[in-house]
Amino acid sequence: MRLSWFNTISLTLGFAFLYLPMVILVIYSFNESKLVTVWAGFSTKWYGELLKNEEFLDAAWVTIRVAAMSSTLATVLGTLAAYVLVRAGRFAGRTLFSGMIYAPLVMPEVITGLSLLLLFIGLDIDRGVMTIVLAHTTFSMCYVSVVVSSRLASFDTSLEEAALDLGASPFTAFFLVTLPIIAPAVIAGWLLAFTLSLDDLVIASFTTGPSATTLPIKIFSAVRLGVSPEINALSTLMIVVVTVGVIVASLVTKRAAVARAREELAVERS
Amino acid sequence: MSQPVFAPWEVPEAEPLIRFESVSKTFGEFTAIDALSLDIFEREFFALLGPSGCGKTTMMRILAGFEAPTSGRILLDGQDIAPVPPNKRAVNMMFQSYALFPHLSVWDNIAFGLRREGMARDLLAARVDEMLRLTRLEKFARRKPHQISGGQKQRVALARSLAKAPKLLLLDEPLGALDKKLRQETQFELMDIQEKTGTTFVIVTHDQEEAMTVASRVAVMDEGKLIQVDTPDRIYEAPNSVYVADFIGNVNIIQCVVSPDDEDSRVRLEWGDGRTPLWAQGEFGAGRRLSLAIRPEKIQVSRRKPDGVANAVYGEIVDIAYLGNISTFHVRLRDGKMLKAQIANTRRISRRSFSWEDHVWLSWSDTAGILLER
Ligand SMILES: Nc1ncnc2c1ncn2[C@@H]1O[C@H](COP(=O)(O)OP(=O)(O)O)[C@@H](O)[C@H]1O
Ligand SMILES: [Mg+2]
Repeated sequence: MRLSWFNTISLTLGFAFLYLPMVILVIYSFNESKLVTVWAGFSTKWYGELLKNEEFLDAAWVTIRVAAMSSTLATVLGTLAAYVLVRAGRFAGRTLFSGMIYAPLVMPEVITGLSLLLLFIGLDIDRGVMTIVLAHTTFSMCYVSVVVSSRLASFDTSLEEAALDLGASPFTAFFLVTLPIIAPAVIAGWLLAFTLSLDDLVIASFTTGPSATTLPIKIFSAVRLGVSPEINALSTLMIVVVTVGVIVASLVTKRAAVARAREELAVERS
Repeated sequence: MSQPVFAPWEVPEAEPLIRFESVSKTFGEFTAIDALSLDIFEREFFALLGPSGCGKTTMMRILAGFEAPTSGRILLDGQDIAPVPPNKRAVNMMFQSYALFPHLSVWDNIAFGLRREGMARDLLAARVDEMLRLTRLEKFARRKPHQISGGQKQRVALARSLAKAPKLLLLDEPLGALDKKLRQETQFELMDIQEKTGTTFVIVTHDQEEAMTVASRVAVMDEGKLIQVDTPDRIYEAPNSVYVADFIGNVNIIQCVVSPDDEDSRVRLEWGDGRTPLWAQGEFGAGRRLSLAIRPEKIQVSRRKPDGVANAVYGEIVDIAYLGNISTFHVRLRDGKMLKAQIANTRRISRRSFSWEDHVWLSWSDTAGILLER
């Protein structure tokens, strides 16, 4: 199909609007000069500098730990929540429960961050890595739950019944039948939660303490002293990680969808 | 010595494998199973037959443990099964959708139930291989469910539910997805497997031919009630109601009234025609309003009025349905009533003796029809 000139222009404008700033950032991360706005030839030296910068490396380590822990926790909780919402049928408070799970999707981050901060202060919990993990789990589990419940909604319940019928306990049936089948959605949910945690600034700022600085916080505070090519290099690396995460997540879901469609087609034909 | 006939339901002291004691199941206001009592015996091939929505699947799900009866008891081997969860029941079910685990190979699907029992590895492998042989699936053991055909899937589902050697196997419309030829082959395969394994089968179907083919006894259901439970031939030849007669096969129903001058064991019936009375076996008081049910194949068609036959009526052929092996004649009687008569096509079609608009006599003996309450 050929695009008309109008479509071509709108597509170009749209993509330019979305990606030009990032492209500029990536290009300037390879700039030889220390001045961000003056091009002085290609170099990867800022990436080298980055590796020598203890503060950035520490922040990166904190970020990865927070992302790994919070996304794992969010995946467990989000999957369980989705399972209950889709499977338990009608129970008292179901509507309230599902509404409350999805509320963080639309809740302003500032509010989520602030309320969590108040909670942690109220409970007298020392703020640091653990509090960020808890905070990230809270807001990313609803994304996991959305992804997993859409998969569960199309799941043939007679598969679980067949497992029970063959002598599996409900627990075994979940781990041997349900989980392997919904695994792609669970993995996609985990990757989503991981990338969400990776680039969160607002909630992390509210819930962190002096002992734990995540990359987004580090970058934000560094930029206030002026943009450096080092920051550009760091941001480029983050863009790469997030992009890979999102692409893998969508590939996993897409492959699972294709496999499912193929199976359904085979069933229809037979 | 002749083989004793398998008919435990006729032995008064026989203990049933399953006993339904006035079991009811309601979903909200709706009654899916209505105070149903039933005995099913060991080694039986029992068919549940009925229109869609009459509660067949619900009965199976109650037996398998996925639904609890609202009232009444179910005994398996004399034990109330209400407190036993589905994963602890000696009952296996073959699902209407087959419900094969898509992420497991055929072999692992069949092994699934055995693994839950913690069966030793070599015994397990031997049992799975035996099941594969029984269902002729050896070649497909390593395939995934989406890599095999519908008929093969159905056999995997059967092998999987048989592997644990359940006391009772439930089959919910197992052949629904197969085309007619494969279906008939599989019916015989099922009967064969049932005989070899000695398992008690309860099969749900809405196909009356299938029920008649495979079953030792058939239960005809309507709106959560059992209308008749009997052997296939009794269901066909001696239906207990117009509903059963009409549901199983083709039937002519003639509304009639018993007239006073009867003979012993025979009644004279007045009907729409007003001229020729009909005769049928039975003892009913005069004035009773009844339905006379006659199967089309029990009616003879002839050009001349036959002599010495209890019942003969005159009419005109308005339609002939040619089915290859048989032809069904639709005959309009003098009062406008339509009767169907079936004739085996023993001759080639070019030499067929009747055609449209021919006037013919339809005749049947006084034992051919059966009188049913209206
Ligand atoms: N879980 C349920 N909730 C409400 N109604 C149900 C449920 N399961 C079955 N029914 C109703 O019970 C009736 C019998 O269903 P079923 O046993 O599936 O019939 P069939 O004889 O076709 O297998 C149907 O009218 C169906 O709508
Ligand atoms: Mg059904």
